[in-house]
Parts: sequence; C-alpha cells; structure tokens
Amino acid sequence: MRFEYLEPESIDEALAMLSRYRGKSKIIAGGTDLMLQMRYKTIKPEYVIDITRIPGLDYVTFDDNRGLKIGPLTTIRDLETSLELREKYPIIAQAAGQLGSVAIRNVATVGGNLCNALPSAETSQVLVALSSEVRIAGPGGERSVPLEDFFTGVGKTVLQPDELLREIVVPGLDPGASGTYIKHSPRGPIDLAIVNITVLVTMERDRKTCKDAKIVLGAVAPTPLRARNGEDVLKGRKIDEALIDQAAQAASDEANPRRGSIRGSFEYKKEMVRVLTARAMREITTKGVE
Amino acid sequence: MKKLIELQINGDTYEVLIEPWWNLARVLREQVGLTGTKISCETGDCGACTVLIDGKAVKSCLYPAMRARGKEIVTIEGISPNRKDELHPLQEAFINHFAVQCGYCTPGMIMTAKALLDENPKPTEEQVKEYLSGNLCRCTGYVKIIEAVMAAADKTEAEV
Repeated sequence: MRFEYLEPESIDEALAMLSRYRGKSKIIAGGTDLMLQMRYKTIKPEYVIDITRIPGLDYVTFDDNRGLKIGPLTTIRDLETSLELREKYPIIAQAAGQLGSVAIRNVATVGGNLCNALPSAETSQVLVALSSEVRIAGPGGERSVPLEDFFTGVGKTVLQPDELLREIVVPGLDPGASGTYIKHSPRGPIDLAIVNITVLVTMERDRKTCKDAKIVLGAVAPTPLRARNGEDVLKGRKIDEALIDQAAQAASDEANPRRGSIRGSFEYKKEMVRVLTARAMREITTKGVE
Repeated sequence: MKKLIELQINGDTYEVLIEPWWNLARVLREQVGLTGTKISCETGDCGACTVLIDGKAVKSCLYPAMRARGKEIVTIEGISPNRKDELHPLQEAFINHFAVQCGYCTPGMIMTAKALLDENPKPTEEQVKEYLSGNLCRCTGYVKIIEAVMAAADKTEAEV
C-alpha cells in the first residue's frame, strides 16, 4: 500500500479534498477497518484523508426535545461507557460493548462502523432499530437520510465519493420502550457475528399490549434487515409465548442469508434468527415489563 | 515521499523518517528501535502490538504512525516506575506467577493489563478476562496470566 496522508482541520477542508481527489481518496477515522482493507489490498486509495484532527466531531449530546446526537468520531468505547447512553439508550451501549476488544473499541468510531457498512455491524442495526437519521455533508450542503436507507449493500452506502457523514440523530425514546441486542459468534465480541439481532419493543400503558416493535437482523442480508413481518405479528397484540414464537418464525422466514458464507450455513443462520428473536423477546418481556 | 515526524514515546522525543502508510508498530520497532512491542498477526486480532496512546490501549499495527504525532505513546519499555531497571508491578507479577511461556504475547498482555488497572485498580476476574480478550496467547497460558494481573492489582492497591 502507498498513499498520501492528508489531514484536514475542518469539514470544509475535508470536503474540498474529497472533491479534488474524487474516487481516489478514502476517509480514515479509527482506521480499524480501513488499515485492514488497505493491507489486504481490497482498496487502494491514492489519498487517505484523516479526519480525526477536525475538532468538534466527537460528542454524545442528549436533549429531551431533540433527542440524541452523536458525532461521527465518537469512539465505540465512548458509546459503551457513556453514562447518559447507559441510562437513556442502554441498547446502544450494550451493542457497542460487543464490538471487538477494548483496544479496538478505543479507536474504532461509530461513523466508521456505519460507513464501512458491514451487514453485521453492531451500531448499524441498533441505530436502525432506534429510527436514527444521518446528516451527510457534501459540496452542495447537507442532506439527511434515514439510517435504514443509508445502506445499499455489503460495504456500500448512499454516500457519494465527495460526501462525509456529519452526525447521527436518534429520536427520543418512548417511555414504554425496551430493547436488547444479542450477538451470536464463536468468541463473543472478538469475532464478527454469525447472526446478530436488535429487538426494540414499545408497550402500551397496560404493559401487556405491544404498541410498536422493531426487529433488526444482522449478517442475514446485504444490509441490516428489518424483519417487518415479525414486527407486524407483534404490533397491537398482547404479548405471550405463542405470539413470541409466531414473531420469531416470521423473522426467520424473512432472513435471507448468503449461501456459502464462512460464518454459518443458510439453514443455520435462519434457525438462529428464530432462536435469537424469541430469546430477545423473552429477555425484554421479563426485564422491561413487570 | 518519506516524511520527518516527531513522536513522543515513553517521555522522550524521537525524530523519525517514515513513509505515510507505515503503521505505528512497524515504526516503533524498525525506526525507533523499541522492539519490545511485537508484531504477530498485523490484522488487529492478536494484541501483541498493544501500546498505550494517551493512556488508552491501542493495537499499534492498525494505527497509522502519522496519526501518533502529538500524542503520548507508552510502550512496554516505558512502564518501569522511576528507574529503568525497576520493574512495574505487572512485570513482577508475570514473573512470579510464571505467566510467561514463549513470551511473544507478554508485552501486549502487560500493556492491556496496565490500561485496565489504570482505569479500574480493583477488577474482578471476569473483568480481567473481558479486558484481555483481545490478546491471544498461543501457548494457552491464560490461567497464569489472569492470576498475575489479579496479583498485580492487589499489590497496586496495597501500595495506594
């Protein structure tokens, strides 16, 4: 690998570099994915643009009216250990703690995790379940995209070569909402997931009826996958064991893992979606709702 | 084109001539001559290259050397308190508990353990295991390593 190392000190400067070296440059944030991809020569940028010297892109701020805002350079470790997230959005902290080892989490960033767009990415699926939006900066100004529409394939997003991820916006959470993240992998956080899942359930005030549900599956489609049929099974219904099994089966039917994946067979992954959806639902209904 | 950069390592300033794509592990070993930091997988899996950057454990094989400018780097050579020939409590504990077999993973293990104890001086065994999960020992001597970290934590605690 050979490249020029550029270090913009503002977003405008970074955008100018991206335009000038359009298609020949790559942004580096934490670098834990990019350094590997360059080492394996799956990408060969001529210019690497290090955005970590741009001030003001590393933050987690919460406001009751406007919800949560996360700067793209916030490290995964900071998401994991943020007291505010642990209290208000515990599933973000929970999922962040399942991404690699501490030494990886210390440098890997949430923006990088999203832009690298692996279908098993920890933060992607949790933030999709939370109905997040991303603000994207480009030469013509800014645009916002629902995170669910941000991903277009394995390693692919709607980001143009001259754009960069500016901020992640997470709406406020309904007080009746409760969720969990489960990662299924051989060695816990260290490995990429065979299957991972985020389930977020919002209950009515009676604490028995499901008002809203989000089931997001990882590593069973080219992008984080909303299991909409599974969600629909739950919505408006009183949650019991039979309903959980029905939702889990629906989610499993929607999963469409690639055949020949080294991490798990088509059949195994689909079966694990069923098992994990049910497990997540049971965890939520025993933990979140008395 | 090579660039001349300054790095702050173990409290000293080094001037090194590097290619912009070199990772920090390589520069530490080949340019600076601090070979205590090991390179094994060079893919961020094994943890042999772990160093501290601004107090945090980092896999230096995935870290661009260019980025390390202006940051405080601490390697295994730099953790001895006061004098160069005195051992850090973790180093002593690794010796006393026979937590070293081939020794190749040891510097990374100790640097990661140091980050843990700096952050949490009294970890549980479970926390030690979790924190060290990104450091692989192919001799499979994990039991002794965990014992050594727990012992060092006791000792560090006793000194405070």
